[in-house]
Amino acid sequence: MSIDVRDTQTEVHLEAAAEKAASRRGFLLALPSWLYLILFFAVPLVIVFVYSFASRSSTGLTRLERWNLESYRRLFDSLVAEIAFRSLVLAIATTVICLIVSYPFAYYIATRRPLVRNVLLVLVMIPFWSNFLVRTYAWRVILGTDGPVSQLSQAFGGEPIRLLFTVPAVLIGLVYGFLPFMVLPLYAALERMDWSLVEAARDLYADGWTAFRKVTWPLSRPGVVAGSILVFIPALGAYVTPAILGGAKTTLLGDYIVSQFLAARNQPFGSALSMAVMAVMLAAVIVYFRSGARNL
Amino acid sequence: MSTAVELTGVSKLFGDVVAVDGIDLAIADGEFFSLLGPSGCGKTTTLRMIAGFEFPTKGSIEIHGREMGLEPPNRRPVNTVFQSYALFPHMSVAENVAFGLRMKRAGDAEIAERVTRALDQVQLLLRADARPTQLSGGQQQRVALARALVNEPEVLLLDEPLGALDLKLRQAMQIELKELQERVGITFVYVTHDQVEALTMSDRIGVMDNGKLLQIGAPQDIYEHPTSRFVADFIGEINLLPGKVIDSATVELMGGQRVPAETDFAVDATITVAVRPERFVLFDLEENVPAGRNRLEGIVSRRVYHGDVFFYDIDTPAGVLEVKEENRPGVELYEVGEKMLVTWDSAAMTVVRD
Ligand SMILES: Nc1ncnc2c1ncn2[C@@H]1O[C@H](COP(=O)(O)OP(=O)(O)OP(=O)(O)O)[C@@H](O)[C@H]1O
Ligand SMILES: [Mg+2]
Repeated sequence: MSIDVRDTQTEVHLEAAAEKAASRRGFLLALPSWLYLILFFAVPLVIVFVYSFASRSSTGLTRLERWNLESYRRLFDSLVAEIAFRSLVLAIATTVICLIVSYPFAYYIATRRPLVRNVLLVLVMIPFWSNFLVRTYAWRVILGTDGPVSQLSQAFGGEPIRLLFTVPAVLIGLVYGFLPFMVLPLYAALERMDWSLVEAARDLYADGWTAFRKVTWPLSRPGVVAGSILVFIPALGAYVTPAILGGAKTTLLGDYIVSQFLAARNQPFGSALSMAVMAVMLAAVIVYFRSGARNL
Repeated sequence: MSTAVELTGVSKLFGDVVAVDGIDLAIADGEFFSLLGPSGCGKTTTLRMIAGFEFPTKGSIEIHGREMGLEPPNRRPVNTVFQSYALFPHMSVAENVAFGLRMKRAGDAEIAERVTRALDQVQLLLRADARPTQLSGGQQQRVALARALVNEPEVLLLDEPLGALDLKLRQAMQIELKELQERVGITFVYVTHDQVEALTMSDRIGVMDNGKLLQIGAPQDIYEHPTSRFVADFIGEINLLPGKVIDSATVELMGGQRVPAETDFAVDATITVAVRPERFVLFDLEENVPAGRNRLEGIVSRRVYHGDVFFYDIDTPAGVLEVKEENRPGVELYEVGEKMLVTWDSAAMTVVRD
């Protein structure tokens, strides 16, 4: 009996040692990404957090003297509320439009033969091969007063259309820019679909549309959730697209924060704005994930 | 008896691949019909055409006299039990079973009552609220069965429903399935590549190879009187001995031995004589063999103990014969290298085309 006990103890020792070695190996593997994240994400985040409580001197210099809540008080200005509301509506509209456009397309790709599938996926990713800034400037040409859209309308005897520097122009630009981020997760979800489940639904008297509603859609929800988050969050903080395609009347959170740092040189307020946007995004993501996960 | 499913000249091509090749088949009401054949012979494709997931390239499919044409699956009076079960992972067991009734817009009370009855029938009432992924393979299989049966379809299509189960569970489910089928009286079209399964459960079997239906018959017919070398070889163990036709009542085996056998084949045609291993009886060289039995002298080259039976490989002029003898008291054992007589009755012998 005593031999048994000793054996078990040896085994426990070996097991613990193996586990320790495995966790050490894991740590070493993760070390570069830890360093990277700490250096380029955590540290700047802390700096922004600290600066959001800083004060401005009369000469416009930023000083860290005490925990000043002034910048957070300014978040409730009506101008901020207006910009935040516009950004939110635009981000939601971008997400919804991307979803509506992407879903049928992702479904189409996922149901093709492997060869066609790969070609289509490459097509989705082709825009990434050129610079985002360049592509957005191209939209400036397309949407301008003498661009193709406007010319087409004139060719049919209509008025010249001026889309550039309007909210719709920003929306078009955002949808264009974020479409791949919706298509890819949706594709990934649909590609993993077990189509025999759809057949089972059809076999159990569901017509095509009902089978989609009851089976395909709920089972592709992880893709919908992932895609929506990937589009919604950058759209809410978008800077480049509204800066190039939008006008003075279409200021969004992204350009507003940048202008606080660069033009107004109000770093505390810019920092406070950033923190607030981040908090809202985090909350939204958590709520969205929870609601999605429950139905999976 | 009326016909439940009738296939007339049904073919299915996928590009150049001929998956199903001109099948004619009539399945009677309440029958347990099995489609048996090796992998890739077109069983699943045939079943899927009856279900409406594929449409025939040629030919017609009728269910209870109604031409199915291009009717989609949801408008056919059949239900399918899928090989992979295809249970909805985002619904509970009860919701899975209720799905068909919901689609048919049955009342809530009726749905609740019928789902309960169906789950009770497969002994899963206690797991009604579980998700399919929380169930064992056998339990999932029973949910799939309940989900189909609850709709009381005219015909139930089953595609290797026991394929994913281990042997013990499989044998238990075979009995359960057969009993269930007899109780509910629904026509079963059952696809399998397991010949034992087909033999033990079916009223009739259709043996397929290469998209063609080679033979249709009761299990005993198929086993005792295969009409082709393929069917003989595919169903159970069998000795296939090359030979040629001497006249309409005699064939000659390799090595010159002539045995009486009724054949329709032309004189001099090369044929194959098929004999089951258990149909041979071994005798000592000097022993009196009952009159009328065919005999071949042979030497034991191998003996394998299987518990309930012994398998012998016996070298004879007609080729190496596999012989199966029951391990009963009083049955004489032969040692490797020993000479003896292999005997069989002509009635136990089938002559098939080469
Ligand atoms: N959708 C399809 N496209 C192309 N070829 C197919 C398709 N479905 C089946 N086939 C081909 O048709 C033939 C018959 O396939 P089927 O699935 O009916 O065989 P099976 O008898 O069910 O085999 P298994 O026992 O392996 O399931 C095979 O050669 C298969 O490759
Ligand atoms: Mg199959």
